[in-house]
Amino acid sequence: MKNIDKAVVNRRNFLRFTGLSGAALILGIPSVSAENATLSAVNLSEAADFYNLSPYIIIEKSGKITLFNTKPDMGQGTFQSIPALIAEELELTPDQYTVKQSGGEAQLGQAQFSGGSFSVRASYMELRKVGAAARDMLISAASKQWGVPASECYAENAKIIHKASGKSLGYGDLVETASKLEAPKEPKLKDPKDFKILGKSVKRSDIPLKSSGKAVFGIDVDVPNMVYASVERCPVFGAKLINFDKAAALKVQGVEQVVEVERDVDGKKYIGVAVVAKNYWAATKGRKVLNVKWDFQGNDRFNTKDYFQSLRDGLKNEGITQHSQGDFDKVYTQSTNKVESVYETPFVTHSTMEPMNCVAHWKEGNKLEIWASTQAPSMVMGDFPKRFGLKVEDIKLNVTFNGGGFGRRLNLDFIIEAVNLSKAIQKPVKLVWSREDDTQLGPFRPPTFSAMKGSISKDGKLETFQHKVIAPSLPAWGDAPVDKTKANNDMTEAISEQKYEIPNMKNAFIYADIHVPLTYWRSVTSSTLAFAHECFIDELAHKAGKDPLQFRLDMLTKASDTKRVLQKLKEVSNWDTPLPKGKGRGVAQYEFFAGLAGEVVEVTKLSNNSVKIDKVYVVVDLGTVVNPDVVKAQMEGAVIMAITAAVKGGITFANGKAEQSNFHDNPVLRINEVPKIEVHILAEGGANMKGVGEPGLPPLAPALANAIFAATGIRVHKMPFDIDNLT
Amino acid sequence: MKKYTININNKKVTIEAEPDTPMLWVIRDYVGLKGTKFGCGMALCGACTIHLDGQPVRSCQTPVSSVKASSKITTIEGISDNMGHVVQKAWIEEQVPQCGYCQSGQIMSAVALLKAKPNPTDEDIDTYMSGNICRCGTYDRIRKAIHKAAAMQKVKS
Repeated sequence: MKNIDKAVVNRRNFLRFTGLSGAALILGIPSVSAENATLSAVNLSEAADFYNLSPYIIIEKSGKITLFNTKPDMGQGTFQSIPALIAEELELTPDQYTVKQSGGEAQLGQAQFSGGSFSVRASYMELRKVGAAARDMLISAASKQWGVPASECYAENAKIIHKASGKSLGYGDLVETASKLEAPKEPKLKDPKDFKILGKSVKRSDIPLKSSGKAVFGIDVDVPNMVYASVERCPVFGAKLINFDKAAALKVQGVEQVVEVERDVDGKKYIGVAVVAKNYWAATKGRKVLNVKWDFQGNDRFNTKDYFQSLRDGLKNEGITQHSQGDFDKVYTQSTNKVESVYETPFVTHSTMEPMNCVAHWKEGNKLEIWASTQAPSMVMGDFPKRFGLKVEDIKLNVTFNGGGFGRRLNLDFIIEAVNLSKAIQKPVKLVWSREDDTQLGPFRPPTFSAMKGSISKDGKLETFQHKVIAPSLPAWGDAPVDKTKANNDMTEAISEQKYEIPNMKNAFIYADIHVPLTYWRSVTSSTLAFAHECFIDELAHKAGKDPLQFRLDMLTKASDTKRVLQKLKEVSNWDTPLPKGKGRGVAQYEFFAGLAGEVVEVTKLSNNSVKIDKVYVVVDLGTVVNPDVVKAQMEGAVIMAITAAVKGGITFANGKAEQSNFHDNPVLRINEVPKIEVHILAEGGANMKGVGEPGLPPLAPALANAIFAATGIRVHKMPFDIDNLT
Repeated sequence: MKKYTININNKKVTIEAEPDTPMLWVIRDYVGLKGTKFGCGMALCGACTIHLDGQPVRSCQTPVSSVKASSKITTIEGISDNMGHVVQKAWIEEQVPQCGYCQSGQIMSAVALLKAKPNPTDEDIDTYMSGNICRCGTYDRIRKAIHKAAAMQKVKS
């Protein structure tokens, strides 16, 4: 990688590649070129006229090949799956290229982020075309050199081979000639049946690094003359700083400076006191004696007990109609077979294993270099020039492996804070959050409360359905203007888009205010709304006296992916085979922006009010799969994260601050609590792809709650629920 | 500030630190070995697991002053050259890590487990590994990899 860092890019060697929706190549970068010593291959942002280029491929004359990954790896496997899309068409085996994480360079496009289960499906066609075009150019170069038709040549194992004579040339030998050719606008893509990498469970190249301590995360970065910082921030949001004991902190051995520093979460500013020291331990000790006095501005009156009661009360309002079909009001009023329920979900933390941290270096001459575990390189590079009054080319962002993301690292707050601090002290600084900071300071997943109504017709069918949501709004919390007279689709995510054929439906949304920082959490609002939605469908099935899975299938008369998923679930979970006495099973599915999965959970009743989770069956619908083993891993991980969210604590507030602080009171699932998980992938092919990272989460909580009902007769209405002490 | 000479991965290192400095920060920031990770600072997550004279300990709760000069510290960097340890081989075979951040600690615990119990049952694994949190949820693969490493170890010996 070091060589690539230093590889100098000659502008003439860039190849414009405008035919491919902004995708482009770098081919043929000489390893050293003295006349252009300012341009490095990892920071290609010097010229505005390259904005539409997306240089994903570097082939050096030595034959060394580097492919850029534009989707930061936070465990979801993009370090393998994204470059593999190029490598497949370029006829490279995984050992023939190295992968470099991009850092928001303009030439690599504006979609350098990992989120929304978006990475592979959004890149699938585009990056294959990038690889195919490069391959065709290399073939053209060889055919010219040999004086044979291109049709007689093919690519294999990083070589171009002439069929008839068997002679071959490596990509390094051809790259200079190839780089002077026009890029084909519509290169021919491989037939998927000829794929060597895509669709196969290829081993990930980041795994040896992550099994030997060699993988570099943001927290592992050291730069010369770096100092360390720990920041005391007010756990009551919206407080004013009164004073602090600077002298006491400065007395701690190793502490060098104590300065105020600002954190910015979506335009809301929070002041903190940074203790800067020669080493991190000294910084944390200095922080302990700061004795900061805050004026809470009345925000210490906030507590979840009252706040949740206000959400429950708010549900009595009509709300803003989000979706309506048939005549819900009339049919529901006339019905004699109705069910009503209220479902609640808590605030939760992301709890990435790598706490938030960032190394920032505000350099002389107003240049900025950043090293960070971030999901969002494009957002950093889009935001920072204006925020800090810098030229784009004076900012260099180095993106490391992310020690977990789950949406937390889509936020820039921890990076902005480190940059503010480095600017204030004019030194490179590593700012590390403690686990307590991470647990208490948000941004959190917002709670959603749901009021459900439904009725069963005389012939046992679901005739009316209502899902009314009250929640603090993610977009309204942010700094973008939101029209509060309209329903908020982020907070009513997919409640009106499930495939069930229901004649009369009226869904609604009610805004709730909040001052607590909020953000996206893996599978966003579907992670809570699916709980209400699919538990209530289960309640209605029981009201109708039907099997819950058959009840769902009866509402899916037309062909749909949801129907296929449920049918597959029925088969793989042996749904129609009764379980032994004392066991129960539940089913749920949820289709939303990220994709579609369905799950069946089996539990054993341990006592009248406790269960053990035995097994989870997952069926995920993808269309096309790039790495089945990674998909399996993502489903396993999603299920486990979803169990934590369903059965473990959640965050509660008292006196304005989070009552939990670390893994002892904000626990996550441990190895002894994990059920068996069996994953089935539906992937019949085609370009209509669904996402992987998130869809495994939403169905788990409702499937588990439905299984609990089947086993114990206890209907759970509130997350989290304690499976050892159900009420 | 005091001078300490410690034996890390069979190398003697002399550093100057406050006596209460946890080994976690000594290893990471004084010695420069970054494989040992900070996760919670309270011995709750296991990301900082190292071996002290062959025993797994949480380095975030092990002050440098408590480590004897004669003691041997092993970190993830010290368990093998070139991924040679059976646990590491099994980790690759089973494709265990996702984000990877907790995995140094998981591997250090697993190595110690296999020393204590060369043929661990699922229950042994639950007991021994439950101090190591993985937020990505790689637990089932950890379990499979430990069984695989145990089998590889048997063939080797």
